[in-house]
Amino acid sequence: MKRIQVQYFAVLREQAGCSEEKIKTPADTPAALYQELCRRHGFTLPAGGLKVAINDDFAAWDAPLKDGVRVVFIPPFAGG
Amino acid sequence: MFRISSTALNPDALRRELLDSRAGGYVSFEGRVRNRNAGREVCLLEYEVYGELAEKEGARIIAEAQRKFAIFSAACAHRRGRLKIGDIAVWAGVTAEHRGAAFAACSYIIDETKKRVPIWKKEHYATGSSDWISQPAPGKTHKPVAKRKS
Repeated sequence: MKRIQVQYFAVLREQAGCSEEKIKTPADTPAALYQELCRRHGFTLPAGGLKVAINDDFAAWDAPLKDGVRVVFIPPFAGG
Repeated sequence: MFRISSTALNPDALRRELLDSRAGGYVSFEGRVRNRNAGREVCLLEYEVYGELAEKEGARIIAEAQRKFAIFSAACAHRRGRLKIGDIAVWAGVTAEHRGAAFAACSYIIDETKKRVPIWKKEHYATGSSDWISQPAPGKTHKPVAKRKS
């Protein structure tokens, strides 16, 4: 099991009911972790519409998840 | 320079940071909170920012603009927090020897910022409801990100 810090923004923050949490997970990739979190929090956004960051840099959905990293799932955004 | 600010943006102060005696042209853009979007009356906007990644990605956009266009300096600042109608949400400014490069670079910076910098906008409506808004497809108006969970 890995210990991952997950941070939420905007609609995901509201649906999770928190802005961050520490979780223990067997997930090997951000894709697997997002599926697990969808089951836990009932997220309504499909992964296809999101981006993901690991340790504050954009990452691929199949990137390896290492113990202790910080993951952010990034819902569609609209600055400006 | 790319900056996220929790307080009001001051275009005069931002402009002073850019100007120097080489600059024959200065172009800026101010994005302001307007009172309507997609036919709905908007009361206030709330901006939420993934600060660490926003500042990194924003700095990359400024560096790209410096490489792509014949400009002297460029900067962009974006608000976080709750904004009223008429408040400045985003500011971009560029100096160059001539206007063409300054216009092009300013346009590039604001377009890329909207596309790539993780900043979320929640519209609060006169009706009392609110929605997170996502970047529209070209030519379309902004759309809500997700339906509220019932």
